[in-house]
Amino acid sequence: MTSSSHVLDDLAVAPVDAIALEGRAAELASRSIKKESKRQGLLMALSMTDLTTLEGKDSPGKVAALCRKGMRPAPGLPPVAAICVYPDLVAQASGLLSGSTVAVASVATGFPSGRTDLSVKLDETRRCVEDGADEVDMVIDRGAFLAGDLALVYDEIASIKEACGKAHLKVILETGELATYDNVRLASEIAMQAGGDFIKTSTGKVAPASTMPVVLLMLEAVRDFYLSTGHIVGVKAAGGIKTSKQALRYLAMINETVGDLWLTPERFRFGASSLLNDLLMQLARLDSGTYQRPEDFSKD
Amino acid sequence: MTPRTSQQKSAQNGQHPGGGADDRPQLVFGERWTYAPAPQSTDHVTLRERYDLFIDGAWAAPKGRRSFDTVNPATEATLARVAQGGQADVHKAVTAANRAQREVWGPMAPRDRARYLFRIARLIQERSRELACLESLDGGKPIRESRDVDVPLAAAHFFYHAGWADKLHLAFPGSKTAPVGVVGQIIPWNFPLLMAAWKIAPALACGNTVVLKPAETTPLTALHLAQIFEQAELPDGVVNIVTGDGRTGRCLVEHPDVDKVAFTGSTAVGQQIQRTLAGTGKDLTLELGGKAAHIIFDDAALDQAVEGIVKGIFFNQGHVCCAGSRLLVQESIHDELMRRLLTRIDRIRVGDPMDKNTDMGAINSGEQLQRIKTLVEAGEAEGCVLHQSSCRLPKKGFWFKPSVFTDVSLSNRIAREEIFGPVLSVMTFRTPDEAVEKANNTAYGLSAGIWTDKGARILWMAERMRAGVIWNNTFNRFDPASPFGGFKESGFGREGGRQGLQAYLRFHDDVLVQG
Amino acid sequence: MRVSVKKTYKLYIGGKFPRSESGITFEPSGAPGVNVAQASRKDLREAVVAARGALKGWSGRTGYNRGQILYRLAEIIETRANALIDEIRASSRKSQAAAEKEVEAAIDLVTWYAGLPDKLQQLLGAQNEVSGPFFNFSVVEPTGVICAVAPETSGLLGALAVSVPLIAGGNTVVLLLSEASPLVGLALGEALAVSDVPGGTLNLLAGHRVDLLPQMASHRDVDGLLLAGEPDSATGTAAADAVKRVRWAQLSERDWSRLDKLTSLHWVRPFIEVKTLWHPKAP
Repeated sequence: MTSSSHVLDDLAVAPVDAIALEGRAAELASRSIKKESKRQGLLMALSMTDLTTLEGKDSPGKVAALCRKGMRPAPGLPPVAAICVYPDLVAQASGLLSGSTVAVASVATGFPSGRTDLSVKLDETRRCVEDGADEVDMVIDRGAFLAGDLALVYDEIASIKEACGKAHLKVILETGELATYDNVRLASEIAMQAGGDFIKTSTGKVAPASTMPVVLLMLEAVRDFYLSTGHIVGVKAAGGIKTSKQALRYLAMINETVGDLWLTPERFRFGASSLLNDLLMQLARLDSGTYQRPEDFSKD
Repeated sequence: MTPRTSQQKSAQNGQHPGGGADDRPQLVFGERWTYAPAPQSTDHVTLRERYDLFIDGAWAAPKGRRSFDTVNPATEATLARVAQGGQADVHKAVTAANRAQREVWGPMAPRDRARYLFRIARLIQERSRELACLESLDGGKPIRESRDVDVPLAAAHFFYHAGWADKLHLAFPGSKTAPVGVVGQIIPWNFPLLMAAWKIAPALACGNTVVLKPAETTPLTALHLAQIFEQAELPDGVVNIVTGDGRTGRCLVEHPDVDKVAFTGSTAVGQQIQRTLAGTGKDLTLELGGKAAHIIFDDAALDQAVEGIVKGIFFNQGHVCCAGSRLLVQESIHDELMRRLLTRIDRIRVGDPMDKNTDMGAINSGEQLQRIKTLVEAGEAEGCVLHQSSCRLPKKGFWFKPSVFTDVSLSNRIAREEIFGPVLSVMTFRTPDEAVEKANNTAYGLSAGIWTDKGARILWMAERMRAGVIWNNTFNRFDPASPFGGFKESGFGREGGRQGLQAYLRFHDDVLVQG
Repeated sequence: MRVSVKKTYKLYIGGKFPRSESGITFEPSGAPGVNVAQASRKDLREAVVAARGALKGWSGRTGYNRGQILYRLAEIIETRANALIDEIRASSRKSQAAAEKEVEAAIDLVTWYAGLPDKLQQLLGAQNEVSGPFFNFSVVEPTGVICAVAPETSGLLGALAVSVPLIAGGNTVVLLLSEASPLVGLALGEALAVSDVPGGTLNLLAGHRVDLLPQMASHRDVDGLLLAGEPDSATGTAAADAVKRVRWAQLSERDWSRLDKLTSLHWVRPFIEVKTLWHPKAP
């Protein structure tokens, strides 16, 4: 592991112009995706979905239903990318998903606030991985970040990455709390340098969660990182993405900013729950030509 | 700016699948997912086969019975037949405008003039989709631009100026103002509807009446605007539309009963008009060409600056008088910026203007295409290096690829002459002083752009740059409240804002006369 | 003979039509037999909360957008002209002709102010020449939440005259309508509700001036007062506690129907704050 001070001394990120960034995101959001390209897009979005449940009232029954839905959203359709749950439900999910291509993702590190000791975060991470998590979604220490202790932020990410072993690490920046685009860019750089496999926008517990300008900025960050190091870091947009329309806009943004290397579940994910049924509805509408009824799709 | 870190990752499962010839990481675009055509429907557009002149509230064939075709530059198909207004028609229009001004529009209560302008603004909003389609069909610009920029701004101009009609005493406190009278207005083909709005709205708000000559290749939206005037019940003769070519414009400029001329177009024609009016004491405003410097400092927000550059020169196919056509980039970031820019221009979708995903449309006419080609050939002949987008161009119609010239110096033709197309010329500078000097080293002075993170620098540069509009960390932004116009040979007079009203008013205490 | 459906006159607060929280109604002297919700000090408090809540959004809109919304209000008043004429006549002794004139003048007033918001910076702001390498410019901003009291005469036009100039400038307003003839003012609420004016921007109260004015004057979260009538020292003294901006509109009954008196920057300027920025100029 490269020492944080060495990395952080050299770390400099270009300024971000918020208005222009938002303008570009709005342009990309105005793309009109129709017919076969829409179908392709919807299927891509489906296969990029991390089907998520993160509620205090989650129970084994809920998780079981979610896993079954994720493996087989509807006849003839591909499975989702992953199921995302709280750490104590990983073992069950892992059992249900074994043999399928659907990965088990677990939040960890004192999700969502992260306000607990590093030793607790590491312990939690190791347990998740032992229980069968393929992917770990950690949260960065936003308090430390905003107080300027970037070394702490970096070191934590690097240690959690180590604790992940073979599991992939997604680093949640919680962009809503970082507040400025400059902060998001800086946090993205730190996460990538420290070894994150994915950078992720949000826990979904804080508003605003994922927005197009923020994800555009993160795509620019991973693009530049790839061009200068050859290493591809993925991006996960989580929170607030409920409709196919939104998902297609994000895909257009990926398509025109970073291109084909990220148009795959290995490099882009949607963290969502209700998105899935809207994707199913829109696919059904494309096939049948008529507007659909939510009741015709299973709630879980 | 400190160079960005280029850390080598150790023991990571990093991929490097897109390796190019020099084994550096490469991005890949367009092979995994392509967009299906997304055509804007035009069923609701009522295109007539033939259009007459709109004079004194009525449609009438031109006295000389001459007409010409207006063509869709993306397909070369004829859209409609349009009247060639002759001297007699211009005379009829000016006479009607004169009568309307003296008897109806001039004496009307300002509040009522405002009412008509508000009505027109609303009607433009209501018929916006139709107008946007017509604009793209007639001129070649993408429907997304007509729909999202041209038409909303046109409505906004009428809305904004409606609010001035009864507040002129506030705009120029202490002065008694009166209308100028009959104004003759000649507009270009790059923003046909918007230029009509920029001209007509302030003229009417100040109590004048109008004879407008739209550009030869793009008459349709002005003619449909006339239909809107009818729907708004605008009194006869207040606005008259006389279509035709340069000869029609000349008749209008030379007509003795026109009190003021407003012209937007090429510097060459503007100079001609100024010569024609010399010694007549008539009021004149000119909005002419430009060769704007677009300056990028090393502390600029790079990705956003790239978007600004693209917007600056490829918006509306570069058919923009204030286009950022000379890129002045700080030498230390030249290579990095070029790499990003040249990757970016390949993402510009060039094609059918009626497709909602098109970013750049057709060149307005065969003549304009030839002018662009001539200058681009000169650029290559003079040793500048041409980079072009790898896009495929349609077979029919007038098209040019987004193009960037590097290794340009101020002495090259492509750095001095207005190309009026999607062609960017790139030069470097080292210090702010040098940037100012190079930016000002032109006979033009319409606009400029500056990208830097430092506010003080923006203000220092702006103070020294000889340009009428300076965009900072943005480009090609327009608003009816923001005065627009040039320094030096880019013309004189301003459009928009309080300043824009001046040209359309007589001040009781102004003793000076134009000439 | 048809048995008509009688209207209940409610307050207009935060974009909604509540009755008074006190449950009390009163019969306006101009319209005996009609029970109108009587605004209590608690209703005033709620209205101020609503106005404060709406301030950021309303003042944050572009001048162009505010102008468009005010123009829409004019459109709606024009559409509802007959209903408003009826309301005017129901609670005043105005003739049909006089009521029509009042409604026309109301539309003219709103239209005049609709064309103003996108010009305020040019008219009231400035770039200032200072000695030194500094860029110095003054921008204008709305004062904030203003309480207004309408005149007793011209129930519609008077109400608009003391509120529209304020909201054109970006302020939000709590307006106490004419005590004797509040009906047409409350009907204005119906026009506001359908004309894209965001809830809380303009709140309408009916009730007794003697109860509510002291509360408006002393409420610390109110930034200004625009009051029809003669200056009174009790009100001014109470307002001084929070250094409110206070203006009295002392017009004759005739002047309250004169558009040239009611449409001017003088109604806007007192409730506008000038903010001046300095910025160095250096390469």
